[in-house]
Amino acid sequence: MTAPGNLERVLTSGGFAVTAECGPPRGADPELIRKKGGYLKGFVDAVNVTDNQTAVVRMSSMASCLILKEMGFDPVLQMTVRDRSRIALQSDILGAAALGIRNILCLSGDHQSFGDHPGAKNVYDIDSIQFIDMARAMRDEGRLSSGAEITVRPEIFIGCVENPFADPFDIRALRLAKKIGAGARFVQTQCVFNVEKFTRWMEMVRDLGLHEKAHILAGITPMKSPGMARYMKNSVPGMDVPDHLVERMASVPKEGHREEGVAICLETIERVRAIEGVAGIHIMAIEWEEIVPDIVRRAGLETRP
Amino acid sequence: MIVADRKPFDEIMGMIESCERILLVGCNECVTVCAAGGAKEVALLASQIRMKRKAEGRPVEVDEKTLERQCDPEYVNPLAETLEGYDAVLSIACGCGVQLIAETCRGLRVLPGLNTRFMGVTEEHGMWAERCQGCGDCVLDRTGGICPVTRCAKSIMNGPCGGSQNGECELRQDTPCAWQLIIDRLKASGELSRYGEIAKPRDWSTSRDGGPRKRIREDMRI
Ligand code: SF4
Ligand code: SF4
Repeated sequence: MTAPGNLERVLTSGGFAVTAECGPPRGADPELIRKKGGYLKGFVDAVNVTDNQTAVVRMSSMASCLILKEMGFDPVLQMTVRDRSRIALQSDILGAAALGIRNILCLSGDHQSFGDHPGAKNVYDIDSIQFIDMARAMRDEGRLSSGAEITVRPEIFIGCVENPFADPFDIRALRLAKKIGAGARFVQTQCVFNVEKFTRWMEMVRDLGLHEKAHILAGITPMKSPGMARYMKNSVPGMDVPDHLVERMASVPKEGHREEGVAICLETIERVRAIEGVAGIHIMAIEWEEIVPDIVRRAGLETRP
Repeated sequence: MIVADRKPFDEIMGMIESCERILLVGCNECVTVCAAGGAKEVALLASQIRMKRKAEGRPVEVDEKTLERQCDPEYVNPLAETLEGYDAVLSIACGCGVQLIAETCRGLRVLPGLNTRFMGVTEEHGMWAERCQGCGDCVLDRTGGICPVTRCAKSIMNGPCGGSQNGECELRQDTPCAWQLIIDRLKASGELSRYGEIAKPRDWSTSRDGGPRKRIREDMRI
């Protein structure tokens, strides 16, 4: 066993973790990843790279993770089960581990009908929970889904996502329990805007003792404009943006929109930090990565463990 | 039943462009029930085709026939003997019927007049919905009688995903979330404790992924 990656180290040492998302470009330019990485350097413990998010084709997460790794980051490889069968998923886990990419985030992925290739065939050979279990067995039992033995086991830190705002609400913590039971050790949630609901979800999570089995990072997204607030509220599946926040964004003059978005975001960070069992935040500044240092600094989190 | 839609009229006209005499064949089973390819639809389509071609000054002769079952050689074999002089057979049965005619009536063009959609049920008069994908290893006993393979847009076996909201699938378009339905059913029957079990990856080889499937009952063969 080699030493754990930075994210695992921060989380297991009890530090309050900060991760951020980096959306790869719709093109083959590595400089764009380096530019986004440049904004985040020194402010985060790990960087997630999305996997063809909203089913729109982007540079591969694996390649982008490697570029970030070369910059000194601890990348989080997001992997959806939408586009790859168990054969390809396992092969990519082995490949990622060989490249020194340690963090794997397992998710279902948005249905292709949302993206730029709605005529594509989806895969969904296994679901995200089965994927977590498969990754865990590869690492801990040294075997593939078929039972075949692996020569060198992948040293990986396995994470999952959970959406506290999806329905049915009362099974949302139970579903997380399944993911943690399957082997997830860190959790990044959907963007938190409805803090009351998130607080209730965290209560259910604590009732099941899940916060002691896995590190839970609350998803944070700064809004750029009232338009973005409305769009997320109405058009992004599983997103819960309360009306009062949409109104608040709309109540300030245009030049103040971004500042208001950041202010909401800072208040949210403060409130989720106070919730028992929240081990960190995951900032998803969609096509606005340059704002991350500002948020981290103003939240008083710039000294990274 | 198998549910199908008629192909757009222009597409059908394009397929028979060069024909002067065709046989239009319907089927008395599923496609009759879903009002896509029964005797009534055969008569309607035949007259539409005749009128259109007549108006274009290139009349076409369209004979009509509706078989008891187009997916059964018992009914398709006799058809093969009556095809002298036709330029093509236009079938408005499901894809199985079209193919059996093609296999039986060699040397003749066989054209599909329908788009075969799914295996489903009648939800209301004039409304059909998909229920089964014939995966070959039914799990309905574990999912409250609701099929996650078919009715969950991601065929998730441990659902629901994070897109489920207000009972609807993330696809919206009035699609109920299969997993919301499953959980409601498990709750109602006092089986929610089952929800904690992780459903293992499926063996899709019993499904279409294992290649074209065939069923043989040796005891029934003659
Ligand atoms: S589990 Fe398989 S056989 Fe059963 S209804 Fe669903 S697709 Fe059909
Ligand atoms: S919303 Fe429900 S039906 Fe739709 S993909 Fe997710 S779990 Fe499946």
